[in-house]
Amino acid sequence: MTEKVLEIRDLHVTFDTPSGPLEAVRGVDLDVSSGELLGVVGESGSGKSVTFLATMGLLPARARVTGSVILAGEQLIGASAKQLRSVRGRLLSMIFQDPLSALNPVHRIGDQISEMLRSHQNLSARDAEKRAIELLDIVGIPQPGDRARQYPHEFSGGMRQRVVIAIAIANNPKVLIADEPTTALDVTVQAQILEVIERVQERFGTAVVLITHDLGVIARVADRVNVMYAGRNVEQGTIDSLFDHPSHPYTRGLLASLPRPGKQRLKPITGFPPNMLNPPSGCAFHTRCEFAADICKEDLPDLVSFGDLETACVRARELPKSESFS
Amino acid sequence: MSEDLLNVTNLVKNFDLRVNNGARRKKRIVQAVTNVSFSVGKGQTLGLVGESGSGKTTVGRCILRLIEPTSGTVEFEGQDLGSLKFEELRALRRKMQIVFQDPFASLDPKMTVGSSISEPLIVQNVPGDHADKVIELLELVGLSADHAQRFPHEFSGGQRQRIGVARALALNPALIILDEPVSALDVSIQAGVINLFEDLQSRLGMSYIFIAHDLSVVRHIADRVAVMYLGKIVEIGEQQAVYEHPTHPYTKALLSAVPLPDPKTERSRHRIMLEGDVPSPVNPPSGCRFRTRCWKAQDVCAQEEPMLTVRPSGQMSACHFPES
Repeated sequence: MTEKVLEIRDLHVTFDTPSGPLEAVRGVDLDVSSGELLGVVGESGSGKSVTFLATMGLLPARARVTGSVILAGEQLIGASAKQLRSVRGRLLSMIFQDPLSALNPVHRIGDQISEMLRSHQNLSARDAEKRAIELLDIVGIPQPGDRARQYPHEFSGGMRQRVVIAIAIANNPKVLIADEPTTALDVTVQAQILEVIERVQERFGTAVVLITHDLGVIARVADRVNVMYAGRNVEQGTIDSLFDHPSHPYTRGLLASLPRPGKQRLKPITGFPPNMLNPPSGCAFHTRCEFAADICKEDLPDLVSFGDLETACVRARELPKSESFS
Repeated sequence: MSEDLLNVTNLVKNFDLRVNNGARRKKRIVQAVTNVSFSVGKGQTLGLVGESGSGKTTVGRCILRLIEPTSGTVEFEGQDLGSLKFEELRALRRKMQIVFQDPFASLDPKMTVGSSISEPLIVQNVPGDHADKVIELLELVGLSADHAQRFPHEFSGGQRQRIGVARALALNPALIILDEPVSALDVSIQAGVINLFEDLQSRLGMSYIFIAHDLSVVRHIADRVAVMYLGKIVEIGEQQAVYEHPTHPYTKALLSAVPLPDPKTERSRHRIMLEGDVPSPVNPPSGCRFRTRCWKAQDVCAQEEPMLTVRPSGQMSACHFPES
């Protein structure tokens, strides 16, 4: 059950920009176990998407990636293009926020799924087509036989995202990475797509990494959660322990800033996210942290076990216990 | 109940859609807003919620006459905006302002923040030097005087939204339409901007129409809430009544679809999963527009359009088989 399928160690990603090098990911360690649904939460610029684009080998060549990403025993950092092509879609798939740009507008839906199947499996055209229709049925598309013959523009946003999921799971990958898969969708359609993702995870035992900025989505579907800030993983644990007693000041701040029924006054985090061209020294959150001390400006904290959580905060042990958010 | 500042009655907006279909040209109509009526009290906040295509943004723009309504009346402080000449309307617009969703697109990148904020004063021929007013406004929204000389690119998203708010406040409006004002902001920044809206309202006493798809934010800020579906209001009433005792099936489904940031509640909640997507507003369903996705729909729902009716918990909803 708890076999590690994806192991990220000390991942760094640096982009060269006209204003100098920008380190978007600054030493991320992260594990994904088989069959689990891991939520990755963070604000824009926290490095949550870049971490997984690097994992997929999808970053442009100018990005410098160092560290280690091991998927089912294979090292992906520094792997050849050919090796990556064989991994992507077979062992590791990714879906994005905008399903329309992920689909080819001039090919039938069924053919796009078949293409994915036949690029990794030795299947006849007819078998691939049959399997494509089954996959459309699994992701909850009514009349899959007819729909397979249609083009992307004939599908609504929610239906397109289902199609993209069908393509992503066609070869039964070990890990499915979903980057803000419901952000562009209406809330009633979001609920449907989250259900499809959970169904796929249960039925095929696929590990799912769900990248989102929405803590509500995390609370609904995730087993564990990783909180990212300024290119680092600042806290991780099961959702119950994280929502019960978050210990990192950033996690506390995020949970306290959300509107809840009966709450009189919201509590924002002061300041704004750091400029990653010139991140603060030490713990990047110290400029906004209500508990910051001098030591926070010097040491870059690593994740340390703290109760049921792992927290990257040198002061975590001394801080007053957080209020519960569950 | 306070006095009404704004009364909207039977507002309709149809957009013409010309479809070039080979040799034939068909004219079709998008029914963006159909017979929408509501009022906003002085110093009150009305939340307008709905999914994409529900018409909530179109309602906001019709009130300001940024787009011309097809029919219906909008009364502001007792004056029918439709009967006003252009110059009169322009004068009245000082009292009605709007803040848009995208703080990056709504500020001119080549203008200093100070000149963006003072522009409404110039447009409306407010006499005098505006420098002091600009500083006052910047401080009111939590920025500082020296920000006036800077350009929009030097600010973060949350700060730009504050600049947009300062500009909207320049003419001391009685009504501000906030169209998805925090949707583009990061979670930790949203809270500060929402607090700002609340503080400004308690200090200056203006009314808000808060248009948003985020139901949790609307619950927090609104006094009354109107839920829209396919161009119509399906439920409207006091915030507490609508959120705690939703009577329209759509409201109920919508509320149950919103993920709450609390794993224990999430596990124990009963969730209503709606089938399919919102139908096209070009050819909306007959009768009740929600019937194609409603689990309670009967024959009558296709034949007779339900009227907004007062329910025991105080709000009004338009349904033949309301939830109790």
